[in-house]
Amino acid sequence: MPDLRELYQEVILDHHKRPRNFGPLPEGNHHAKGHNPLCGDRITVHVQVADGIIRDVRFEGAGCAISRASASLMTDAVKGRPIAEAERLFEEFHRLVTTGVDEEVEASLGKLNVFCGVREFPSRVKCASLAWHTLHSALGDEGEASTE
Amino acid sequence: MNQGVGLGASSTGAGLRARPFDPSSVGSDFPILSQLVHGKPLSYLDNAATTQKPVPVVEAIGDFYLRDNANIHRGVHLLSERATAAYEGAREAVQRFINAREAREVVFVRGTTEAVNLVAQSLVRSGLKEGDEIVVSVLEHHSNFVPWKMAAEATGARLRVVPITDAGDLRLDEYERMLSPRTRLVALGHVSNALGTINPVAEIVRLAHERGVPVLLDGAQAVAHLAVDVQAIDCDFYAFSGHKLYGPTGIGVLYGKADRLDALPPWQGGGDMIRSVTLERVDYNTLPAKFEAGTPDIAGAIGLAAAIRYLESFDRAAAFAHEDELLGYAVERLERIPGVRLVGRGMPRTSIVSFVMDQVHPHDIGTILDGEGVAIRAGHHCCQPLMHRLGLDATARASFAFYNRKEDVDRLADGLDRVREVLG
Repeated sequence: MPDLRELYQEVILDHHKRPRNFGPLPEGNHHAKGHNPLCGDRITVHVQVADGIIRDVRFEGAGCAISRASASLMTDAVKGRPIAEAERLFEEFHRLVTTGVDEEVEASLGKLNVFCGVREFPSRVKCASLAWHTLHSALGDEGEASTE
Repeated sequence: MNQGVGLGASSTGAGLRARPFDPSSVGSDFPILSQLVHGKPLSYLDNAATTQKPVPVVEAIGDFYLRDNANIHRGVHLLSERATAAYEGAREAVQRFINAREAREVVFVRGTTEAVNLVAQSLVRSGLKEGDEIVVSVLEHHSNFVPWKMAAEATGARLRVVPITDAGDLRLDEYERMLSPRTRLVALGHVSNALGTINPVAEIVRLAHERGVPVLLDGAQAVAHLAVDVQAIDCDFYAFSGHKLYGPTGIGVLYGKADRLDALPPWQGGGDMIRSVTLERVDYNTLPAKFEAGTPDIAGAIGLAAAIRYLESFDRAAAFAHEDELLGYAVERLERIPGVRLVGRGMPRTSIVSFVMDQVHPHDIGTILDGEGVAIRAGHHCCQPLMHRLGLDATARASFAFYNRKEDVDRLADGLDRVREVLG
């Protein structure tokens, strides 16, 4: 088996136990709920956007270690970025956890690379990408996201 | 731990002397179990999702395709006659196994889900209407909930949902109160797939029949772990899947009392289910063909019969006792692990232990156990109303079959220690 330590890396466990940017965001102007019907994970992402920039982002909800850590690391990664950049990051992140990425993309993903181990666990890809799908829905004002 | 069922039908019906049950050697009938996964021996504890298949089942399917394959009924050639005999022989094997009065009361379907949909859709076509009620429970698998919800939405009928106690037992007092002149059908599970609770089906049927209400039982989780005698239970319909009974996927059974099945209109039209067809008029066939439109899963039925004959070849009561012992041992081991809480303490129960772990999502438990070679299921188990009732998003579920051993339980418990280690 691919090493479990590859999946549950220290950074992931840290963000699982102490999620960053967790809680409501009263100033938020974009919101979406995400649902992974496979395992019942639910997440809400709140975003405050001004001038096309993600000024603040927070999340709420319950899920497995992978989905919670992914949401936490995502909020850190996209805060302060233009929307278009966040969307590009989503696309790169999705490639990271499915097909893999080259060194250049790896460099741009920074801390998010801790999720590279997910690729070896196909049943967990949806856990890692739920928060991103939900962010995408929030930015597009779609209201709800599902990994299905 | 058998509830509301007789023991006779399946253990003696074959007329063969059953060999003793030996839990230490029976695993060799299931070659799939003796492999390594992720470099570790496999402990397969996901039997409530599907069971493994013994060699005679795999061989029966292979033999059919290699020697007898032909379409059934109306064929005048030898292969078709052999295939027909094997298919109808499978029906008789099922009849004997569940102690149905007649073979024509056994309808082959795709699985439990299709069996329930058949009855639900036929009920819609036979005039289910606004004001009518169908009684289900909060314990139900989605397969015995969604078809009724669809029937209700199509007709304006109403679902009445029997609540449970915190332990996971059906509230029989509430159930009895819900039965009324408006009740058209009671549709309840025999054994809960999420908690393993065995419902008091004979009592459930008696209370309904006192008011003239027919009862459908979802037996998907029961047939592999209890000796089911449909005449002793006296239910009007009984549904189960072959693949949870050590048989192949794609085949299942709807048992119905002949008069109940006769009263229902067919739900799918096609070949085999007709007696005569003209441009003006279609006359339907008699039971069971009326409900078996099109070419059925012939090999699946033959595989299911092989599974039944395999189960009849040894002392099933001893196998059930072994499963009960495994469940008891699992409860004992898991209860001792700090932070682990068992979900559903209803009694009697069979073969299923559902649990949650403090600060650890069931999906993480499942992934880490898999790394240890222990296969379990994590999630809502197709029981979202039940999860909601229990205030949970998901549980981890280990489910046993007679080929499991105490070592499998030990590996599960040790694996949970590993979960703690990894997730801290």
